[in-house]
Amino acid sequence: MRGLLHAVGDAAVIAKRNVIKIKRVPEVLVFVLLSPIMFVLLFAFVFGGSINIPGGSYREFLIAGIFAQTVVFGATFTGAGLAEDIQKGIINRFRALPMSRSALLVGRTVSDVVYNALSLLIMALTGLVVGWGIHTSVLEAAAGFALLLAFAYAFSWIMAYVGLLVPSVEVINNASFMVTMPLTFVANTFVPAENLPGALRVFALWNPISAVTQATRELFGNVPPGTPPPEAWPLQNPVLYTLLWAVVIIVVFAPLAVHRYRTIGRRS
Amino acid sequence: MSSASGNAPPPVEASGLVKRYGSVTALDGLDLSVAAGTVLGLLGPNGAGKTTAVSILATLITPDAGRARIAGADVLAEPRAVRSRIGLSGQFAAVDEHLTGFENLDMVGRLYHLGRRRARQRAAELLDLFDLADAGARPVKTYSGGMRRRLDLAGALVAAPPVLFLDEPTTGLDPYSRRQLWEVIRRMVGGGTTVLLTTQYLEEADQLADRILVIDHGKAIAEGTSDELKRLVGAERIEVTVAAVAELPRAQQVLARFAVSEQQTDSRARSLITPVEGGAGVLTEALRELDRAQVTVRDVGLRRPTLDDVFLTLTGHATEEQATEEQAAAPEEEKG
Repeated sequence: MRGLLHAVGDAAVIAKRNVIKIKRVPEVLVFVLLSPIMFVLLFAFVFGGSINIPGGSYREFLIAGIFAQTVVFGATFTGAGLAEDIQKGIINRFRALPMSRSALLVGRTVSDVVYNALSLLIMALTGLVVGWGIHTSVLEAAAGFALLLAFAYAFSWIMAYVGLLVPSVEVINNASFMVTMPLTFVANTFVPAENLPGALRVFALWNPISAVTQATRELFGNVPPGTPPPEAWPLQNPVLYTLLWAVVIIVVFAPLAVHRYRTIGRRS
Repeated sequence: MSSASGNAPPPVEASGLVKRYGSVTALDGLDLSVAAGTVLGLLGPNGAGKTTAVSILATLITPDAGRARIAGADVLAEPRAVRSRIGLSGQFAAVDEHLTGFENLDMVGRLYHLGRRRARQRAAELLDLFDLADAGARPVKTYSGGMRRRLDLAGALVAAPPVLFLDEPTTGLDPYSRRQLWEVIRRMVGGGTTVLLTTQYLEEADQLADRILVIDHGKAIAEGTSDELKRLVGAERIEVTVAAVAELPRAQQVLARFAVSEQQTDSRARSLITPVEGGAGVLTEALRELDRAQVTVRDVGLRRPTLDDVFLTLTGHATEEQATEEQAAAPEEEKG
């Protein structure tokens, strides 16, 4: 019990440290907030006219996809932040302290939720300006945002592990882009998954990013009326499928990352 | 394990430490112990295994063989207890440059579980002690190198740990900052802290350490007080630089009768070192003999041995040369 209290307290201390950094390096925050605005505007105005969503508006359809893509990209901060701690050597300070072995990672992943919550807020405001809206109850809307943050939180454990494995901020940024771009585009984020050809279509239907997007659309009431029900199980049960993935990711990657943190200097 | 400090075991005690990185043996059966309230200087060139030894004692890495106890806790079996009893500072401990000096120390205090109020109080005390009170509210990225090192050392002292590991604490610092840091370390030791200090600066070991352990290639090659180690090399030495390399053998021959132990020549520097006894009188006589033998002397002097000489005698090569070689051979070792 005492150990658990320490673990929570230590993680809170680390999270506070990372949040202070958001204040000290506002340039990062500007990028975090500007790029989602740019994405919303680009897609709304560049593709908005050309992509037809039967029975609905593309902008309504689009926003959930951009939300999902942006919060998944947010995980890059987790990897890059840990890589920086290793590069600067401060990780050895932490490892020699009697703090919980999970604190640096839990504190980091939790504080990165702050980044994601901020960018969701900014994107939602931008979305409202370009004609997106929530057509459900406050509770359902809140559930939509919570689900996005929960999935992003789980995803950030993957990047935490990668950040400890490849401690270079530059490599992390590029690697994250390479993985996240296809993952978030071969999905129902920007076009209906059913429109994709062959193998891409199968991938998109089972892609957890599609499920997050589908769940968010449903919870916001952004599914165009008259849309036929999804043909694949994941998209028929998007909330359940998303939560399953979130749990599996954390169960696999959190222990991997913590183990890596404990043994990071022991190359032999 | 030999340390005569009554019946209490020494706060730092390690035996048979071995650590290999692939084919490189960083530590090759190192024993060491530090008596309570004293400073042990771990002296050796880059790549000698100093950082590896400290990393093992500070629980950052595990040895392939050997045991170590710190302030009564076993490094392998009770790493958490060890961590709560040590402070670590030096080339690989670090500070967060986005936080202020105060926030850095406060964070470390919280992670030592001092509690909110005590952590703040301790942070303020240490900023005062390290002459950083004025800079305490500024982000660390505005600090000079010397200020960062002082803050780093302050971080190691937050929990007032009984044992302090300082890994090359003054490497890269200017002479003024180095002296300032030495002063602080002396004060800590005066307060009863036990310190293991690694350094490649002989002067630093000479200044701070009660005992010195010289290591090379992961093994101890000598241990003693600074004076004991100097005595190993001999009392005084005449250093002669001749005009031409060809004259070295003749000079060596002439001075051989004054030598109390083996002479050393360095043909690159055209110099000859002859350990002697008898001080200035011997020097005068030696010069007279050299003149008679028509050796052209460019420079001559009588010196007390330094730890450099100790190193030269023990390892067969000078520290500086060795450092460069080792750095090229095993560049990753010190990152440990």
